[in-house]
Amino acid sequence: MHKNSLIQLSRALDRREISSVELTEIYLDRIARMDGKYNSFITVTAELARAQAREADQRRQAGNNGPLTGIPIAHKDIFCTRGVKTSCGSRMLDNFIAPYDATVVEKLRRAGMVMLGKTNMDEFAMGSSTETSFYGPVRNPWDLERVPGGSSGGSACVVAARLAPAATGTDTGGSIRQPAALCGLTGIKPTYGTVSRYGMIAYASSLDQGGPIARSAEDAALLLTAMAGFDARDSTSAERPAEDYSTHLEDSIEGLRIGLPREFFGEGLDSQIGAVIESAVKQFERLGAVVAEISLPNTRLSIPAYYVVAPAECSSNLARFDGVRYGYRCDDAADINDLFSRSRGEGFGAEVKRRIMIGTYALSAGYYDAYYLKAQRIRRLIRDDFHRAFAEADVILCPTSPTVAFKLGEKTDDPVTMYLSDIYTISINLAGLPALSLPAGFVGRLPVGLQLIGDHFGEARLLNAAHRYQQATDWHLRAPEGCG
Amino acid sequence: MTLEKTDVERIAWLARLKLSDNDIPEVARQLSSILALVEQMNTVDTVSVAPLAHPLELSLKLRDDVVTEGNQRETFQALASHVEAGLYCVPKVIDT
Repeated sequence: MHKNSLIQLSRALDRREISSVELTEIYLDRIARMDGKYNSFITVTAELARAQAREADQRRQAGNNGPLTGIPIAHKDIFCTRGVKTSCGSRMLDNFIAPYDATVVEKLRRAGMVMLGKTNMDEFAMGSSTETSFYGPVRNPWDLERVPGGSSGGSACVVAARLAPAATGTDTGGSIRQPAALCGLTGIKPTYGTVSRYGMIAYASSLDQGGPIARSAEDAALLLTAMAGFDARDSTSAERPAEDYSTHLEDSIEGLRIGLPREFFGEGLDSQIGAVIESAVKQFERLGAVVAEISLPNTRLSIPAYYVVAPAECSSNLARFDGVRYGYRCDDAADINDLFSRSRGEGFGAEVKRRIMIGTYALSAGYYDAYYLKAQRIRRLIRDDFHRAFAEADVILCPTSPTVAFKLGEKTDDPVTMYLSDIYTISINLAGLPALSLPAGFVGRLPVGLQLIGDHFGEARLLNAAHRYQQATDWHLRAPEGCG
Repeated sequence: MTLEKTDVERIAWLARLKLSDNDIPEVARQLSSILALVEQMNTVDTVSVAPLAHPLELSLKLRDDVVTEGNQRETFQALASHVEAGLYCVPKVIDT
């Protein structure tokens, strides 16, 4: 049963071929047997899942259900879940039981989804490999010696290993798309403001967006429809009518203008990945798309600007962790500053501390104009590049990551090397655009991800193009050895 | 920008982060290399470019100034490690 996609499971539940209780047991059993080697869950909520599954079966019995009712899901441990530990991958929140549900959790719960547990992640979503987690690294199901990507590495691992049909993730600089790419999955980061950030622990508030990680565009569309929508509790939520992202999946992509940004295919791109992307482009052409080269000249400035904007916002957001109201508190504080400084010094890991310090420095007296304001000016240049590009193209196509999954420990010594692995994803967050990653082939036995970028609120078109591609190819149907 | 030990100590103090003395040279090296990356921003002239704070340039929504949440003091204080008589406890800050 675990081999089925989310849509197939939904149909099986409709036809009463299986109950939600039975389905939930299948996944709980797989997690219990297999997760020892992946470390993808921080918390497994087995009893809660069983109770939610019983309730889902009752709803289905009463005909009071939607397509997602009774389907299990795993949530990234960045989303607050009432009564359940919400750690954000940090020692700081190891003792934190969230007092309320995030809007995303509440919406999927209302749709009848069954929460299996909370997935491992880079600490406070700061990382590209899930190695900065307080709970230890996650392993990639395609090769246990390699990282699953990050920061939503636990969520990607869970879906790739078929420990859940889908999972939630968040993306500040690539944290949904890059792990989806490295694990052979489909993940979408929506337009800034599409998915509510209420109850999603903040890293960089002007960049953070939640979204689904699934096995296909079709599954992701169904999930995004349930997750998205205006929320008065998030002051940056986009006030737009609700959208059904599944409606246009089957539309023809005849005449779709696909732009290839010249800057994304140059130096630094693994040639074997380049070849995979090239053959995917040919496939899109066979489906009727029209391909042309475009230019995003300021892309090279996106990582420098990101490493001002994101740390500045992080240093402000993470100021709330003071050892007083919740979270880790040091022992035997000598005075109030010792309480703050040691609780934070002991509660945060090395990468989080680095980003807080970079942000603190960039925002400190005398440096604001040179760093933060400069980065915001560059942010406009990057967004304007995309504006111009979308006059010529409906969708932009490029690799998601410059390499396939790298080895555990390979990039942990030098933070800057790790930062450069997000070169193709980070500019999208700065511009607030939607983008998805889908599997497009392999290098050896490791999956390669292809990224499609859309104009603001163009999610439906991205999902449509991805779905048509997936109808013509079977990369998204491959499973890691021992998981299929 | 290369950060010295005293720079790191000042930043750590502003951020209220206790670092061990042994770690400071390595932290100084790492932060300096991140700042070197960041300073690639200076290769482009942005004098005539306005800063962009919100990717869609929308302003934040305001709401009416009314109470929307009930009192949840007990729920929230249950999360704190040192609470007494409904108050959060910290080391004494005023000399008597």
